[in-house]
Amino acid sequence: MTFLRRYVFSLDHKVIGKQYLGLALLAVCTGMVLSWLMRLHLGWPNAAVPGLGTVSPNGAPGGVMTPEYYLSLMTMHGTIMVFFVLTTAPFAGFGNFLLPIQVGAEDMAFPRFNMMSFWVTFLAFVVLVSAFFVHDGPPISGWTAYAPLSAVGKDAGPGQGTGQILWAVSIALFCVGQLLGALNFIATTLDLRTKGMSLARLPYATWAWFITSVIGLIAFSVLLPACILLILDQVAGTSFFVPAGLVISDRLQPHAGGSPLLWQHLFWFFGHPEVYIAILPGFGIVSHILPAVARKPLLGPRVFIACLVAIGFLSYMVWGHHMFLSGMNPFSATLFSVPTLIITIPATVATLLWIGTLYGSKLRFSTAALFCLGFISVFVSGGLSGFFLAQPAVDVYLHGTYFVVGHFHFVMGVAAMFGIFAGTYFWFPKMFGRMMNETLGKWHFVGTFIGVYCVFMPMHYLGLEGDVRRYSAFTDEYMKGSLPLHRFITVAALFTGACQLLFLYNLVHSRFRGPLAPANPWEATSLEWSTASPPPHDNFGGQPPTVYHGPNEYGVAGRSGDYIMQASSEADPAA
Amino acid sequence: MMSAQRAPTAPIPAQTGVVAGIAAITMTFAAFTSALVMRKGGGADWTHFRLPPLLLANTVVLLASSGALEVARRRLRRAAPGGVRWLSVTMALGLLFVAGQVAAWRALAAQGVFLATGPSSAFFYVLTAAHGAHLLGGVSALAYLRYRVGRAAAPPLGALGAVTTYWHFMDGLWLYLFVILAVCV
Repeated sequence: MTFLRRYVFSLDHKVIGKQYLGLALLAVCTGMVLSWLMRLHLGWPNAAVPGLGTVSPNGAPGGVMTPEYYLSLMTMHGTIMVFFVLTTAPFAGFGNFLLPIQVGAEDMAFPRFNMMSFWVTFLAFVVLVSAFFVHDGPPISGWTAYAPLSAVGKDAGPGQGTGQILWAVSIALFCVGQLLGALNFIATTLDLRTKGMSLARLPYATWAWFITSVIGLIAFSVLLPACILLILDQVAGTSFFVPAGLVISDRLQPHAGGSPLLWQHLFWFFGHPEVYIAILPGFGIVSHILPAVARKPLLGPRVFIACLVAIGFLSYMVWGHHMFLSGMNPFSATLFSVPTLIITIPATVATLLWIGTLYGSKLRFSTAALFCLGFISVFVSGGLSGFFLAQPAVDVYLHGTYFVVGHFHFVMGVAAMFGIFAGTYFWFPKMFGRMMNETLGKWHFVGTFIGVYCVFMPMHYLGLEGDVRRYSAFTDEYMKGSLPLHRFITVAALFTGACQLLFLYNLVHSRFRGPLAPANPWEATSLEWSTASPPPHDNFGGQPPTVYHGPNEYGVAGRSGDYIMQASSEADPAA
Repeated sequence: MMSAQRAPTAPIPAQTGVVAGIAAITMTFAAFTSALVMRKGGGADWTHFRLPPLLLANTVVLLASSGALEVARRRLRRAAPGGVRWLSVTMALGLLFVAGQVAAWRALAAQGVFLATGPSSAFFYVLTAAHGAHLLGGVSALAYLRYRVGRAAAPPLGALGAVTTYWHFMDGLWLYLFVILAVCV
């Protein structure tokens, strides 16, 4: 095998998984730097950021950014984080590396599609980032790209011409990449399971990736046509989303008759399930790791799977709760509010199952365990504010404020990130054959945990006070009272970002200098721990394992070790 | 290979993949056509135009291609002669359909009906183009299948079944789109 075949255009799901994680790392660093720039401006609206004026003379003359430039940073931050971090890392990244091993397969069902999936996604990232380098800069319409401003071109503001087209092309490509990935996950889980690996014996992480891929299959195949229609409105003069008689920047737009609501419906029909595409892999990762660190079986495994299925199903009935302010019929707001409240039931049940699993356990406080606990904490903190937002009458007040920013950063952003961190600390030994530094890991957890609460908790108060989302500065008489809190958040965000340097150092250092990892350092049960660290090219050295047990055989009494591996032919003494 | 140890009744990934792909494509066209219905109901600027009669002939060609593929599939499964030739007939009919769709576009363009002329024409071009692109994907799958049939001693039944399912679905999808277009446009 040549270098290109082995490391670049590889068909090996393990390499593709690492490529996805690498892309997500690159993307998350980009997205985080953008958020620092935004935070600095929110805290000190008149201060010049050294160097920014040189990087972007149009957007930040003299280093002080214009409101439009702030919006373009916000757009790119949201798009990069939601698509290229929260989708690629927990789903495509970990899923690619681990799903085939956990079901006992040599590779994905369609390795060529798998390779295409990554490279199309990578191309999508390049196209998106290239918006920074076009004349007008990136689009300013947010990660949701609401029409009609996203559909009419330059008149709608800087970046709304070429930048917005690049955005739409990038997202369309991203959809294609993720659809190819979802096909692979589904076929691999259904058809390539090894002998004895019944659906009931699938590890919880595999279940979560499988259900996520079903959600993704439906969601991305709706976003793709939406993006195509948006591109046609931008470049071909059609009027799918642009209404008649629209005057923007003193110019009557040549389009007529289109429906801006149509874009919102199509976008959020994808957009809400996308939230679960980001968070369900985290559910799976936490449920996979918790039994191994608590040395107890996961409480109610079948109930947990039922919760995942219920969340997946309901995720398609709630998209309108993003549109309470859109001018949609108020009666349909009620229609969307009810399933939104119902979907909290399976989410709450899953959370209670994790807490029940922890109850009475002798927890092994590894870094992965800490991040699982952190996941539960931020998911609950963010989820609670969701109850308020699900009420149309309350949402009308809160939707345009920082309350929502705090809510979704907790419940899907930080929670999914904590899932990614837990997964990284847990599976790094399997991926690279070396252990990560636990002491650095714990400091990383403590700093990040405190940091994210300091960043996102105060945002709820800002929202209640009436601080509006997407404003670049709060300097007028009415709003300047919130500046001190904004400064506190900015400092906390920089502190949280600095804590990630510990993580980056730990990653790089452990990759080359970490102590060698045994095959099963965490005494866990699923199949990836039955093979070497890192696994050989075909995962199991030519001998596909046979599975005799479910993944939940922890805390087994009456024998020397307290767990039975899935591939062990030994009978459960308790059974 | 994993498949060596698997039971003969075990599901074939190609089949599962095609079913999942069909689900995705169904959602894509459901999104397109619900956009059409919403756009038609919401905007006052919806105009009607006469669909080119050529579409009827194209529909017949596409249905015939499905018939040809059925003949090919049965012959290949029985290892009877002529299977490959019928695959080629299917591909030719598929390409003829696409050529016919392009001719229908040109006929419309000659009447001055373009993509941006109005919402109904926009949806007409978008839907026919999206369907045509998916059908060309099917033609390349057929070409790949024909190449594999030529090389292997035993016919690749999994791939054959998957491609056949996809091709028939393309037929059904076109009938659905044709009805929608005939009613709304």
